[in-house]
Amino acid sequence: MNEKLDINAIRNDFPILSRTVYDRPLIYLDNAATTQKPRCVVEAIEHVYYHQNANIHRGVHYLSQRATEAHETARATVRDFIHATSSNEIVFTRGTTEAINLLATSYGETFCNEGDEIIISAMEHHANIVPWQMLRDRKGIKLKIIPLTDLGELNMTAFEELLSERTKLVSVAHVSNVLGTINPIEEIIEKAHARDIPVLIDGAQAVSHMPVDVQQLDADFYVFSGHKMYGPNGIGVLYGKEKWLDILPPYHGGGEMIAHVTFEKTTFADLPFKFEAGTPDYVGSVALAAAMNYLSSFGMENIVAYETDLLLDATEKMMKIDGMHIYGTSSHKSSVISFLVNDIHPFDMGTLLDRLGIAVRTGHHCAMPLMSALGIDGTLRASFAFYNTHEEIDALVAGIERIAKMF
Amino acid sequence: MTINEKQDQIVETFEEYTDWMDKYAYLIELGNNLSPLDPKSKVNQNLIEGCQSRVWLDAEYTNGMIHFMAESDAVIVKGIVSLLIDVVSDHTPDEILNTDLYFIDKIGLKEHLSPTRANGLLAMVKQIKLYALAFKTKG
Repeated sequence: MNEKLDINAIRNDFPILSRTVYDRPLIYLDNAATTQKPRCVVEAIEHVYYHQNANIHRGVHYLSQRATEAHETARATVRDFIHATSSNEIVFTRGTTEAINLLATSYGETFCNEGDEIIISAMEHHANIVPWQMLRDRKGIKLKIIPLTDLGELNMTAFEELLSERTKLVSVAHVSNVLGTINPIEEIIEKAHARDIPVLIDGAQAVSHMPVDVQQLDADFYVFSGHKMYGPNGIGVLYGKEKWLDILPPYHGGGEMIAHVTFEKTTFADLPFKFEAGTPDYVGSVALAAAMNYLSSFGMENIVAYETDLLLDATEKMMKIDGMHIYGTSSHKSSVISFLVNDIHPFDMGTLLDRLGIAVRTGHHCAMPLMSALGIDGTLRASFAFYNTHEEIDALVAGIERIAKMF
Repeated sequence: MTINEKQDQIVETFEEYTDWMDKYAYLIELGNNLSPLDPKSKVNQNLIEGCQSRVWLDAEYTNGMIHFMAESDAVIVKGIVSLLIDVVSDHTPDEILNTDLYFIDKIGLKEHLSPTRANGLLAMVKQIKLYALAFKTKG
């Protein structure tokens, strides 16, 4: 039992957790793909639409001003949640993927020339691979890949060797969506900064699982999605140090991001609006802030402690299953367990777990290069959130054991 | 037996399994019993790539009848594949083209033919019909 968190009360905040699938209680262990939403997040969306919906910025009327205030208050909530210096450093995007694409364009087109290098790692999600490949094809840059150790950690010696005069950016995941490894990003940032190389951190799998302080990390860019942290779909965040965002050109053009437009010339708005062309998702921003306030009310330290309990309990019990192989055995892990049992295909195991009401993810988890490095086609992945329970872990373990006997 | 007689027989067999896990246990048995595909057929040209599992499908045309051979890397998919090729094998292109594969729905496995499953089965059913059409055209 956790002393700091009342898990039953927390579960009651998530209506979906009490539903059944195939007449069995839902056991939702696919949180690394997306988390469920607490009532306060859904109510925040409803509240905006029912009580303060109006397009924001430059509206003189009452509702527009209330909506603008709510959107900008949400930005301040994000700023505080990740300990940024200023709201100017918080750009709302559609998610992690759009944030990385924004940087691949705005940063990549400005600072990368033929022969320059960008360092990523072998454990990246496709979202942190493909935008750089597209930049590579446009600009003739090279992608350098940090290899992994047998534990599923970044090979830091190899990383240091990859840093060169031509390195223009290091872009790595804070936490691997497949292996669960928490990467030593402080060290990565320090080593890169020693050579004046900026660092982008893909925080999609980290922000809902641990406190993130971008100033303490000294990250140049930190990106994440709302829907993986109990917030709504379709909104995410690009944090960038003001000194960087100031000098980067806009990504998309349109309304909201301009200061003055004539047919001859357009001057752009100040930060952060320069990067937010078109009507922003002022509903999503408010609901994301509600999710952050909800998380903060429990204390991220307490969430880390409880999820670590879950991870250790699940790992220990799963290791006892005959033929169990866990991918990612770092001692610094978030609550993600990728596994295979004997030679049972992930699709088969996943299909049968589903029939028992247990939702896990199967396949390559949008990390096909990592699967190749591991020499497999895919895995099953159980990923835990702070509303999961030890009883659910027992049900998962019993389910895996039962299914393994069927093959 | 006609295609529909074969389908009805499968439906009858599955009616005996009231529990879902038993139904899947039977599919696993079928999958495990499916003869492995000849290496000359298990080639990329015959591969139907799903996101979650893969299916290889090959066909032979002799004496006006089509014979299908298939395999999958997932056993449950292999079980369904085994049922499918049993049903449609050794029939004429016209018989196969005019058939409605209703048994999948009746035995409660329709979800496995949904595009969201991405297991290669839906594409396999299409490919079976494409083979039939190709052989019919060839005469």
